[in-house]
Amino acid sequence: MSDRERDAGDDGDVGAGTPSEDPPTNDGQRFDRLPETADDRVVPGRPTREEVVGWWEQRYEVPPETWDGHTFWEKGNGKIWAFAAEVVTPIDVEGLGMRILRARQEHWKPSTNAVQRFGREATKNVVVLDAEEATTFAKGEDQELPRWEGDWGYVIAAHDIAGEVEPIGVGLYLHGELRSTVPKGRREDLS
Amino acid sequence: MEPLERYASLLSDFDAFRAACERPLPSVVRVNTLKASVERAREALDAEGVAYEAADWHPGIFRLEERGPGTSWPYFHGWLHGQEEVSALPALALDPRPGEVVWDACAAPGSKTTQIADLMDDTGVLVGNDNNLGRLSALRHNAERLGVTNLAVTNQDARNFSFKPFGDRTDADDRIEAFDRALVDAPCSCEGTIRKNPDALDRWSLEQIKGIVGIQKGILRRAIQATKPGGTVVYSTCTFAPEENEAVLDHVLEEEDCEMRPWDAPDGFETDPGITEWDGERFDSAVELAHRVYPHRNDTGGFFCAKLEVTA
Repeated sequence: MSDRERDAGDDGDVGAGTPSEDPPTNDGQRFDRLPETADDRVVPGRPTREEVVGWWEQRYEVPPETWDGHTFWEKGNGKIWAFAAEVVTPIDVEGLGMRILRARQEHWKPSTNAVQRFGREATKNVVVLDAEEATTFAKGEDQELPRWEGDWGYVIAAHDIAGEVEPIGVGLYLHGELRSTVPKGRREDLS
Repeated sequence: MEPLERYASLLSDFDAFRAACERPLPSVVRVNTLKASVERAREALDAEGVAYEAADWHPGIFRLEERGPGTSWPYFHGWLHGQEEVSALPALALDPRPGEVVWDACAAPGSKTTQIADLMDDTGVLVGNDNNLGRLSALRHNAERLGVTNLAVTNQDARNFSFKPFGDRTDADDRIEAFDRALVDAPCSCEGTIRKNPDALDRWSLEQIKGIVGIQKGILRRAIQATKPGGTVVYSTCTFAPEENEAVLDHVLEEEDCEMRPWDAPDGFETDPGITEWDGERFDSAVELAHRVYPHRNDTGGFFCAKLEVTA
């Protein structure tokens, strides 16, 4: 995994491809609805709804029906958004629902907000942290976590709170280390 | 504080009003039930030893005894949102339903917007507009942190709001051409925020108020025009000035197809009726149905809130 992928901003404002990399038909200034399947795809490289739903299921076992009430959109290069209704496409607005994912790179990266909202449904690649580890993670700090035996790559960091496991954010697990990708504006010292 | 002296004639207990305006406001959070139930939020705060007291008029609004809301796990998870207590009123008056199409004309930074999304169960379409591009990032940040996915953010002058981005006057199946409900939480002279911002009145002048009134009327008129017949429009400000409150309502009652509607403030929350006369001017008597919120009644900031129905 390249540094660019790791740092491809959780809040989306850094790491966007240079304009010359954009296919001419992907207009980064508006929201375009994702095609349902590859057969419906018009814009080269644009992920499909099927791929997005499938990715959450394959990577985290988030059930496909979790997304039944949402439409998926792309704005910018590979930034995927989930919106709770049907609206016209393309749509020229400043925001549309929640940015859930950065695609168009080898390792897709979920957003902190998506994991907090939809990661509760996940049963795979969820790293449940103890109190001290969770605090370290929320601060945005990396930590050794040799006990993890799940996949490497982007995992859901979670902890027990008020009787249930709750997702905290997105971790990057590599070589025995859990790196926190909590964006700067969301980091807190909760110790 | 001097500009507030002109309200002495409206209040028999003006000294209590003035004393309340000099007290700082408690730190208040609203539970975001899109992410956690009130019970679960309470459990998490209790486990962290954060002291709070629920408002007696709303079980999901907590007055914190000490630290600000930013440094606790339930806040980190987006279960809580820092919001001034009184500003929870307009979304309740708006009473949005799941699946509706709702407009928040002056949405940033999004406390009321996200409360509306919560009341809609994050379904339907909520259009959050603000003319200030710089403040839109705060709106988006807050909405996403709270797990809201039914918000479309626009950057238009609300007075001339256009449905064009939403497929207006096309034959698209999913086009939006009118709202079911609209909130106009108007830019105002902010007299009622004096407890939060002690310098809120430093630049107060009647001239400044006269300037804002035109904007307020323009936004409220557009909201009424953009809402379906039978739909609800709520007008709110955080100021006491009748020029920005009852006089604005009087203007739209005269100029647009709308009527005032009664709305009961929540049990345990005390408000005063809108006034029908100010500075030699008489207003439509229906403006009495509006709610004035004075700081000493419920120990909150000052506020004004009115509910209108679109008639044609």
